[in-house]
Amino acid sequence: MTEVLEVSGLKTHFFTHAGVVKAVDGVDFTVSKGEVMGLVGESGSGKSITGFSILGLIEPPGRIVDGSIRFNGDEIANAPEERLKTLRGNRISMIFQDPMMTLNPVLRVDTQMIEAILAHENVSRQTAWERSRDALGLVGIPSPEERLQAYPHQLSGGMRQRVAIATAFLNQPDLIIADEPTTALDVTIQAQIIHEAQKLTKRTGTAMIWITHDLAVVAGLADRISVMYAGRIVEQGGIDDVIDRPLHPYTVGLLGSVPTANRRGQRLFQIEGMTPNMLALPEGCAFGPRCQALTAACSKRPPIKDVDGRSLRCFNPQRTKETTL
Amino acid sequence: MTEPLVEIRGVSKRFTKRLDVAGKIAQRLGANIREETVHAVDNVNLSIQKGEVLGLVGESGCGKSTLGRVVAGIHPASDGQMFYGGKDVATLNGTDKRAATLAIQMIFQDPFASLNPRMRVEDIIGEAPRMHGIVSKAESAEYVDDVMRKVGLDPSLKRRYAHQFSGGQRQRIGIARALAVKPKFLVCDEAIAALDVSIQAQVINLFMDLREELGLTYLFISHDLSVVEHIADRVAIMYLGRIVESASTEEIFSDPRHPYTKALLAEAPRLDQRRRDFAPIEGEIPSPLDPPSGCTFHPRCPVATAECRTTVPELKAGRGGRETACLLEHAETV
Amino acid sequence: MTDTVTDHSLTTAKSPKVETPFQRFRAEFFESRIATAALGIFLIIVLLAILAPWITPQNPYDLGQVSVMDGRLPPGSEAFDGYTMWLGSDGSGRDLYSAILYGLRISLTVGLASGVIALLIGMAIGLVAAYAGGRTEAFIMRIVDLQLSFPASLVALMMVAALGKGVDKIILALVIAQWAYYARTVRATALVERGKEYVEAAQCLGISRSRIVFRHILPNCMAPLIVVGTVQTASAISLEATLSFLGVGLPQTEPSIGVLIANGFEYMLSGRYWISVFPGVALLMTVVSINLVGDHLRDVLNPRLKR
Repeated sequence: MTEVLEVSGLKTHFFTHAGVVKAVDGVDFTVSKGEVMGLVGESGSGKSITGFSILGLIEPPGRIVDGSIRFNGDEIANAPEERLKTLRGNRISMIFQDPMMTLNPVLRVDTQMIEAILAHENVSRQTAWERSRDALGLVGIPSPEERLQAYPHQLSGGMRQRVAIATAFLNQPDLIIADEPTTALDVTIQAQIIHEAQKLTKRTGTAMIWITHDLAVVAGLADRISVMYAGRIVEQGGIDDVIDRPLHPYTVGLLGSVPTANRRGQRLFQIEGMTPNMLALPEGCAFGPRCQALTAACSKRPPIKDVDGRSLRCFNPQRTKETTL
Repeated sequence: MTEPLVEIRGVSKRFTKRLDVAGKIAQRLGANIREETVHAVDNVNLSIQKGEVLGLVGESGCGKSTLGRVVAGIHPASDGQMFYGGKDVATLNGTDKRAATLAIQMIFQDPFASLNPRMRVEDIIGEAPRMHGIVSKAESAEYVDDVMRKVGLDPSLKRRYAHQFSGGQRQRIGIARALAVKPKFLVCDEAIAALDVSIQAQVINLFMDLREELGLTYLFISHDLSVVEHIADRVAIMYLGRIVESASTEEIFSDPRHPYTKALLAEAPRLDQRRRDFAPIEGEIPSPLDPPSGCTFHPRCPVATAECRTTVPELKAGRGGRETACLLEHAETV
Repeated sequence: MTDTVTDHSLTTAKSPKVETPFQRFRAEFFESRIATAALGIFLIIVLLAILAPWITPQNPYDLGQVSVMDGRLPPGSEAFDGYTMWLGSDGSGRDLYSAILYGLRISLTVGLASGVIALLIGMAIGLVAAYAGGRTEAFIMRIVDLQLSFPASLVALMMVAALGKGVDKIILALVIAQWAYYARTVRATALVERGKEYVEAAQCLGISRSRIVFRHILPNCMAPLIVVGTVQTASAISLEATLSFLGVGLPQTEPSIGVLIANGFEYMLSGRYWISVFPGVALLMTVVSINLVGDHLRDVLNPRLKR
């Protein structure tokens, strides 16, 4: 498989008046053509900032302080804005939780989609219009000709997200970064959106990073999964390996606390403590204070190790436990 | 125990957007605007036994939050009656009325908006019990400490403001505020939806512990089927303001009857299903401003017949005595 | 939007130590150098005005101390009584430095008094409108709309014409011209706050209506009120100056800044610029410094504009 994206040692820090927030602090992963990588974490884990870093959308007081982001072999970390502009919306697209972040409320859908094509390609308006119509059809929008004439506010939330996805796929990008794209949607609409995204990646061979807090969504969609905690990927591997046989205590805890993994009516398995304060992270392993397998070794930062075909940041992998689903 | 703790009969809630003067003039001049009425809740019956957890499941806009607010006494119902301990709440006066008000408390979704940002935690929790004379002023501090400990909060933090806490802790403050007036019944409206995954389990456990310790009864409103499956004894499924199916949790999850329930169960993402092919039901949730005729689910229903387009199905026992609002289910008993 | 861009950790990121809302507000306010400087200048102006009787060489209201002999002297001249008139003198022989400080006393008193009174009245009316709803609200808000459709200066001008001259009458006129701004702000904010879940929770807890309005909703409406209050106070000061300039405000015997500017106006063309320009600069500095503080207050207090 060819690697579309290779991120290594990525560090994105925010320099606030209260101190330095190491939102992303040494993240490595690769995404291959046609692959869906689930990037899972809780709020503040740095999963969204990782996505924004790849797109070069980090604004002061934040900046990428270290590491490399190679896209199709080219270095794009801290690349000039001109270069990033030719990539964004063309070779790399983004889908947000709120589709209105990419849709302009005062322009009709057709205007926006046609412009998205014409910005990167020299084709006639008619061709661009036809491609926009076909793209809307592909994401399951009924009567796309009519919808093209609508303004975003005339569409429902699910419909807007479809338009955003159609727009993201317009130029057949090599990589799509989807940041919590279905979090605000209902179960039946979420299933539809995931279905369309799945169909499109298979059809076009586009690689996708699906950022979410919802393990169940990733389980049903992704090929590989990276679990983030406090700015670092703590466990990364094939979806079956990680979900069925988690090794990191945090992954074990997350999977164990899902209601379906517990007996009905019994107390749930719970991870103790709070999500960490990014300004006052503990020395050593950031998960340490909440970890059930804490040992003296954990006072040092765990390095990335290859364990059972996946990369892991932990001194005490939890081999004993097989999650029961 | 035959008498339910809380019962609602034929409750409807309509929201009408009236036209102002400018709107009326525009209407006279031929503008396409009219008074709009949303039937957020449409003729719903529910009864909840003491000590029971009833899960209320539905998607956004189905009216589940509005129904919860009617039960909690925040919105008055447009139609119908509500009974607490067998008495019609509307007929109560004075101390009985206050007792009924305090007995039913609500836990909200948003851990930010549900706490007054200008109040210290001790006042957020202690205000109502002091006002209602549940505790004297002198005992108030002690009482607040007790309630805080009960929900797993450190009482030494009571001088702080809500924004100085994390989302999970804020939700605990909201729970403590409700518990402080010694309620019998909690309406939890998406009470864990805004929390992080690892914190959700903590709060669910807290709800279950409190149920055991205090004998609380819950109306647990959620869109998350797995949470409801875990915590609820009975489940009611809501679609566009109506209850379409109601049964015990085992029955709903092992043998769903209504096509909408089936769709919800099939489409909820699950950890044990990998790289699955999502084959979702078609269509959008219709606007409650302009609901479809007949069975409101018929435009999306894979098994709808011509009759479904015209006849409104009632929620009643059908095949195997199971309560659904589906004409096909009813027909099969005949 | 900020949520997605910055992740939650950043918006809630703060040091672990206990920080009251006021401490956070103070820290954020003093982050802006311009606003800090503006606040400093405003406080100096207020201080100078308060201390005027002790730090000025002349009491410009005491006709015994004012000599026509000193009329229209340029800046730096020596007065008949022997002190130096650093800012020159006006047509009646008042030392401009003294006259400006005394004028500021009147201008600030009028501005602040009318601001505070209008704020209290507007706040009460706005809260009643927001909580009563229905016809009462519609009635009150139509009056507010009607009043706001006239320029404030026109309303004030009409009121002064009807009431006559004098500090108390000017204050009354300015209150009538400005209460509607506060009423509109309070109603709008109160409506937003009333829809929040913490108010629903208070309802659930059986807390009385009046207590919900005054103890729960009102404190959360203070932020926009303070912002409107600063801006309106600045505008009240300039409105008073405008009225006095037009000759319908304060009497010649108690010259406010507006009267001083008006007095000097006739000499502008003869090259005696200082009589109008120095009071003008004083007015400008006062109004601009208040507005800069107000602008920054809006940035700090409005969570939607927060980074």
